[in-house]
Amino acid sequence: MSTTYEESRVATYETSRAGAWAYVLTDCWTMTRRELAHWARQPVQMIVGLVFPVMMLVMFGYLIGGGRGIEGNYIDFLVPGMLALTMAFGLEATMIAVTQDLNKGVIDRFRSMPMTNGAVLVGRSAADMLQSALGLAVMIGVAYALGWRVHGTFGSFLGAVGLLLLFRFAMLWIGIHLAMVAGKPEMVQAVQILVWPVSFLSNAFADPDEMPDWLGPVVEWNPMSHTATAVRDLLGSPGGEPGHIWPAIVWPLALLAVFFPLAVRRFGRLSR
Amino acid sequence: MTDAIVVENVRKRYGDKAALDGFDLAVGSGTVHGLLGPNGAGKTTAVRVLTTLLLPDEGRAEVAGYDVAREAGRVRRRIGLLGQHAALDEELGGRQNLEMFGRLYHLGARHARVRADELLERFGLADTGRKAVKQYSGGMRRRLDLAASLITEPEVLFLDEPTTGLDPRGRAEVWGAVRSLVGGGTTVLLTTQYLEEADQLADRISVVDRGRVIADGTADELKAKTGGDRIDVVLRDGGQLGAAVALLPLDKSEVSVDADRRRLSAPVTDRMAALAGAVRALEEAGIVAEDIALRRPTLDEVFLHLTGDGPAGSTGDEHRDHAVKEAV
Repeated sequence: MSTTYEESRVATYETSRAGAWAYVLTDCWTMTRRELAHWARQPVQMIVGLVFPVMMLVMFGYLIGGGRGIEGNYIDFLVPGMLALTMAFGLEATMIAVTQDLNKGVIDRFRSMPMTNGAVLVGRSAADMLQSALGLAVMIGVAYALGWRVHGTFGSFLGAVGLLLLFRFAMLWIGIHLAMVAGKPEMVQAVQILVWPVSFLSNAFADPDEMPDWLGPVVEWNPMSHTATAVRDLLGSPGGEPGHIWPAIVWPLALLAVFFPLAVRRFGRLSR
Repeated sequence: MTDAIVVENVRKRYGDKAALDGFDLAVGSGTVHGLLGPNGAGKTTAVRVLTTLLLPDEGRAEVAGYDVAREAGRVRRRIGLLGQHAALDEELGGRQNLEMFGRLYHLGARHARVRADELLERFGLADTGRKAVKQYSGGMRRRLDLAASLITEPEVLFLDEPTTGLDPRGRAEVWGAVRSLVGGGTTVLLTTQYLEEADQLADRISVVDRGRVIADGTADELKAKTGGDRIDVVLRDGGQLGAAVALLPLDKSEVSVDADRRRLSAPVTDRMAALAGAVRALEEAGIVAEDIALRRPTLDEVFLHLTGDGPAGSTGDEHRDHAVKEAV
């Protein structure tokens, strides 16, 4: 065999602790690049993922939207809600992608290799976060074209985007965990059906004050409502109320504290 | 000689079904060892335990000197796995796959690239490196899969039914690739339900049935266990089979008759005496033989003998009806 064989064999053997940490980063980067390579090979899927929320925005803004007691322009109220809703729907996208991946033979190879256990999941989450950031950019661009305006400083705009991505990050790890609990693609549908009511039981489309007495509190309790309200507050949109920024930070962090370790642990013990 | 694989009394249950039920195995370093058995015998479960994909409920398993449960990381650095289903990223190209796996084995970017090129060249895939794997033929996919399991020249290579589902040409490609590995010092554990495949590739064979090894040895040793050589006689007139059985100097209780092929078959102890005796006896009786031949028993006969089923599948054990397949 050539020299590469001997060198490569040495390279994979025991390494120092510092080297091990460097490998964690390399593995995560390699798996992220894998997802990006998938985009390059299948750009249509990626583009559909970006266009779907825009369709929803236009649909709700013009076909269904009636303003329902919202002060000012309904589009101004709707856009932050739709941004939060798009982040929530990301749970589904992540879940489908992970379930498909786990049912492929390549996972067996990853798991029989001396690579970092959770790198597959990190690659997935990095790619999904990148796609979500792109998705936000596209939606904000379209909303701007529809007449939506940001009222506030550039700093508060960045803060709003940060809250949305933090919420998406929490949804992402819930999605990863649920994908492993569900296991088979057929089971995903059952979970998908639950994502919709939870997302719609929020203040994305309507003001909870206008809802029936029993529904309002449920909607206000929904973590997604906090994110939407905080974003409205930061962007100076109608429906914004102060006091929701902290809940919009704490809720996703709390969800992450539960689901991130659960997901990583479960991945490490898959079928063991 | 040290053993590259040691398995002692491993048990693995799925619900109330025991996939491995006291599995023992010892594979010498640098040898090719075949695990032969029907579907559901526990071969794949054994491979998944040995490749750290599955934890055993009980027992001990070591690969390359490391415990698969407690030292999984060390085991993973020393093994390659060719599973039953292609373990490749179907969306990516062949070269992209090998480079990615090379990076995950912690080769530098340049090394991973060089190694990918080497392996594509070696397995005759250099021209198709850019094409997405899902567009590959079955044989190409299998060769790429094999290439991926050889990125770091593993000490122990696991091949789980490497040719299942391949056409004869694909099978020949994979056999050729496996043969070319032997002699490089790599230990190979091969599972198969094709008896011919074990015979062709393996130094030693363990016959697996219901989660345990029921026999162990070289192909010749296993064949000897069923009682040595056999004589086959094919007659021109099938109606004379009964008369031929009566007059041939053979143990009547061991003779099997296949009327459709006008053939009788029986074990023999003294090869030449049996052959000469048969020729003479038939000639004297005026029975015309189209063919008379001595042969070693096939592994099919060995397998059926070991698992205790009659050669015609006379016991009602249905799951074994499809157990023994012809290789080609």
